[in-house]
Amino acid sequence: MPIPIEYFLVLSAFMFFTGVAGVLTRRNAIVVFMSVELMLNSANLTLVAFSSYIGSPVGQLFVFFVMTVAAAEAAVGLAIIIALFRNKLTMNIDEINILKW
Amino acid sequence: MSLELILFILLAAVAAVSGILMITRSNPIIAALFLILNFGSLAGLYLLLNAQFIAVVQVIVYAGAIMVLFLFVIMLLKPEHENLVSKIIGIKTFSFVIAALVFIQLAYLIFFSHPGSSLKPETAASVNAGTVETIGRELYTNYILPFEAAGFLLLAATIGAVVLAKKKFL
Repeated sequence: MPIPIEYFLVLSAFMFFTGVAGVLTRRNAIVVFMSVELMLNSANLTLVAFSSYIGSPVGQLFVFFVMTVAAAEAAVGLAIIIALFRNKLTMNIDEINILKW
Repeated sequence: MSLELILFILLAAVAAVSGILMITRSNPIIAALFLILNFGSLAGLYLLLNAQFIAVVQVIVYAGAIMVLFLFVIMLLKPEHENLVSKIIGIKTFSFVIAALVFIQLAYLIFFSHPGSSLKPETAASVNAGTVETIGRELYTNYILPFEAAGFLLLAATIGAVVLAKKKFL
């Protein structure tokens, strides 16, 4: 493989940066959620890159489990967003602050 | 310049640009569509890394199932367009600086630790590691307990999602 692994890692770091910026700057709960998915995917890219360069399938197994957890997280998270929307009629996370002390 | 490098640059550019576009669109549906584009280019990158199984699962599970769920919820709730340039611009700039610091730190670590210098990639081993056969064998022998636990996790998530979305609480 002529591509250095650093290229994949920097792309992954950049996608993680995009996800962090999205989580911190956006106010729509669903977009915040999608940014979290982006961060999970950047971690997956790192795992697959190392797994492929080492020649071991364990990293890809880990990606499989990360995807399972991401699917569970998306289902529960979106259900929470639906329940919140039903009660407060908003998706702006600045207005959803009943847990704030 | 080899074909692999050209493909990498193309797919990486699509992934990076669609990620940036995703967090800067005010319409959540367009943001979700850019995220799907990002996941598609990631599947291409996985193929470039000889991870065939993960590439297919990425398209089916992420770009398929999870994003359909997201789009469905967006269309169900019809969120208003977000005003991206609001009065809390100071906080946004600050959080952007924090995120950029994280990126600079990661990039510094990657370029000054040279993880590639200690790796001797072998194409044959790498191709073999990514096949469905290898992953399936590992999954059903050495990793059977985590696999079953993942199944229980999905069951719990399904029940939790139904309960949360059905009942009126708060």
